[in-house]
Amino acid sequence: MFKNTKTLSAFMFKRDRFLIPIWVIGLVFFSLIVPPTFDEMFTTEQEREAIAETMSNPAMTALVGQGDMDNYTIGAMTAHQMLLLTAVVVGLMSILLMNRHIRTDEEAGRTEMLRALPVGRLATITAAFINVSLVNVLIALLVGFGLYTLNIESMGLEGSLLYGMVLGGTGIAFAGVATVCMQFFENSGGAIGSSIAMLFAFYILRAIGDVNYELLSSLSPLGWVMQSEVFTGNHWWPVLALIITGVCFMVLGGLLSARRDLGSGLLRATPGKTEASNYLLSPFGLAIRLQRTSIFFWALGLFILALSYGSVFGDLEAFFEGNDMLQQMLVGDHAQSIAEQFLPMILMVISILATVPPMMNVHRLYIEEKKNRVEHLLSRAVSRPQILLSYVTIATLNGLILLSLSAIGMWSAISIVMDDPLSLSTLYQATMVYYPAMLLMVGLSTVVIGLTPKLKIVLWLYLLYAFIVLYLGNLLDLPDWMGYLTPFGHVPKIPIEEISVLPLLVISGLSLLLFIIGFIGYRKRDIEG
Amino acid sequence: MSVVHVEQLQKSFGSFVALKSIDLTVNKGEVFGFIGPNGAGKSVTIRTLLGIIRASSGQAHIFGKDVWTDAVDIHRRLAYVPGDVHLWPNLTGGEVIDLFGKLRGSIDRSKKEEMIERFSLDPKKKCRTYSKGNRQKVALVAAFSSNAELYILDEPTSGLDPLMEQVFQQCVQEIKDQGKSVLLSSHILSEVEKLCDRIGIIREGEIIETGTLKEMRHLTRIQMTVQADQSLTMLKNVPGIHDLANTDGQWTFQADNENLDEIIRFLAPLGVKKLESKPPALEDLFMRHYENQTRMDNSNV
Repeated sequence: MFKNTKTLSAFMFKRDRFLIPIWVIGLVFFSLIVPPTFDEMFTTEQEREAIAETMSNPAMTALVGQGDMDNYTIGAMTAHQMLLLTAVVVGLMSILLMNRHIRTDEEAGRTEMLRALPVGRLATITAAFINVSLVNVLIALLVGFGLYTLNIESMGLEGSLLYGMVLGGTGIAFAGVATVCMQFFENSGGAIGSSIAMLFAFYILRAIGDVNYELLSSLSPLGWVMQSEVFTGNHWWPVLALIITGVCFMVLGGLLSARRDLGSGLLRATPGKTEASNYLLSPFGLAIRLQRTSIFFWALGLFILALSYGSVFGDLEAFFEGNDMLQQMLVGDHAQSIAEQFLPMILMVISILATVPPMMNVHRLYIEEKKNRVEHLLSRAVSRPQILLSYVTIATLNGLILLSLSAIGMWSAISIVMDDPLSLSTLYQATMVYYPAMLLMVGLSTVVIGLTPKLKIVLWLYLLYAFIVLYLGNLLDLPDWMGYLTPFGHVPKIPIEEISVLPLLVISGLSLLLFIIGFIGYRKRDIEG
Repeated sequence: MSVVHVEQLQKSFGSFVALKSIDLTVNKGEVFGFIGPNGAGKSVTIRTLLGIIRASSGQAHIFGKDVWTDAVDIHRRLAYVPGDVHLWPNLTGGEVIDLFGKLRGSIDRSKKEEMIERFSLDPKKKCRTYSKGNRQKVALVAAFSSNAELYILDEPTSGLDPLMEQVFQQCVQEIKDQGKSVLLSSHILSEVEKLCDRIGIIREGEIIETGTLKEMRHLTRIQMTVQADQSLTMLKNVPGIHDLANTDGQWTFQADNENLDEIIRFLAPLGVKKLESKPPALEDLFMRHYENQTRMDNSNV
């Protein structure tokens, strides 16, 4: 049953020799970069109490879990704000790595070739689980010792190691969950989807539990993550519980795996549609169909983000009081309320994030091209402008919807937490002024896809540049012109500035020009593949 | 009347010349075989004909219209099956067939169902679960259930089993009987021999030979196997005999078509016990081209 597990395990490491380091370095870097930033921003106990106050609201608790608010040291802050979300990412990593070696290989017919050799029936699944577990142990150790070497007062050796171990334990637990989920579906899409759905379900279960009903949190592995009370209570039982969960699920997954045929699932795939619905039967319909899932989840994610940003508006004054560094990040003079000064910065962040999906909508056309699927359309009575227009239309509409959702999300939270809330129309206006800038980025994407799709990485760097310069510009004392190099830098900062129509018109006009250039280019170039 | 007309078509990607000079004509009601080794430029030619990539120079017309500027108009009357069919993993085969039908014009329900039946395709499955052959069937069903006037088929049977290959050949025969035209690219030569009226051979971006199979017979030889009472050693003096060899009393050789009469006369008195002849295959035709090419190259050196 297990023959050649060791050889397979080594082989898998070899295949993942680039992928694993990227995950490990990324996660460790992310875990180690935050505490020093906190340490620098919140130097006095007063400041820390202020942020604890701000973070103590149901929306934040639902998002990041419960923390030790009475003793909000840098360590407690890190564990409260970072641990759960990082654990979710580690869980996601485990799911993706497991799936890569089990279902993706199976679907591609590679497992079949291995299975024809003297390889045990459970060797692949065991080797994958061992490898993913080792990766998680590595992350646990690197993060654990890494945090300790940061030399932050409230982050002792035990707490630091526990922090790492909780992350690793979560990874092992979800590697196990993935092995079980994977057995039920006939394809890797269903396998990944169901595993991530489990992760999401455990997250929601914990969110409800943390806000309302403690017992529910105890049923979720992600609930245990926060119950470890890293840096304050330092409970070790969650680590043990997570690892046991992982191993139990893995054994169950192995048992199920031995019962199913290679390439099939325990659940029979339900037959799909024999005929296409009318919505699908156009280039536009197809483009929507291909992207609807990602469009939906981005919208959901942004809405939740807007809600959580909105929820901090209740205690803003206390939050900024006496913290010079934070005040420096604000844009207005002191005549306005803190909320009004804080709003444009938050909206800028949200609008730049909301620009990502529309850009992806346009770039999707190039993915379709690379996969040789655009030629199916072009070899039929469909013109190039028609195809490009489908994707650009989706992008522009999606952007409009995302900004609207962000405004509504912010307003819903703000109207609950603030005594004297900003009006929906102010918020909507303050958000929508970013739409022309977003269109400009979509226009640039159209040009890149229309002329030289290989350059699309440059656009993402440009967006990243805009984010860094505008978000941290005041803090780092960057000159204003660096912000003006991005369309977002020209957007009037409502409500602290008057709405000025001219820059918005210029940006819109430029966007239109870019669209035209993109369409002309796309009519002329060769389609790859 | 020509349906496809290509003159001195050239295509380069940067400094790489994919098509040096392509001339070809497909007439109405004709099945034109387009053969050549991998990388010779078959698919590049076809993608240019479809307006997916743009010719560097030269002329290409389908139905008398320019393949680049009038692509959409042309495609209303044309059906295409790529060699390597890539589909959307999360759509079912049935959905893809409907989509393709609608994008070309309209869906002929009864014809579609007939084709699904004939190619025994399960349209309810997601495309990600289809094998290469099944994905090809999806494209073939979409093509054959359309009412096109020209079919461009780029190695359409490379993933099909022999049974399905037969269905495919029937389908091609039927559209030919309806007076429609087919451009069939392939390296399965027996298929080309069976189906095609005329053939164009492409090699390194150039059409090196066009004509009917009959016209190309001068390039082909008959493979013969003979067993006789007497030795056939003297056969090597007969004109038109190549590669004479004797293994365990079995004599094999290749014979030029024009010398066939002489050869048979020579064999007749030798007490022939067994005589097998294989008709000229396009494989030989290929070989001959390469032989000629190498011989020419060598003499140049």
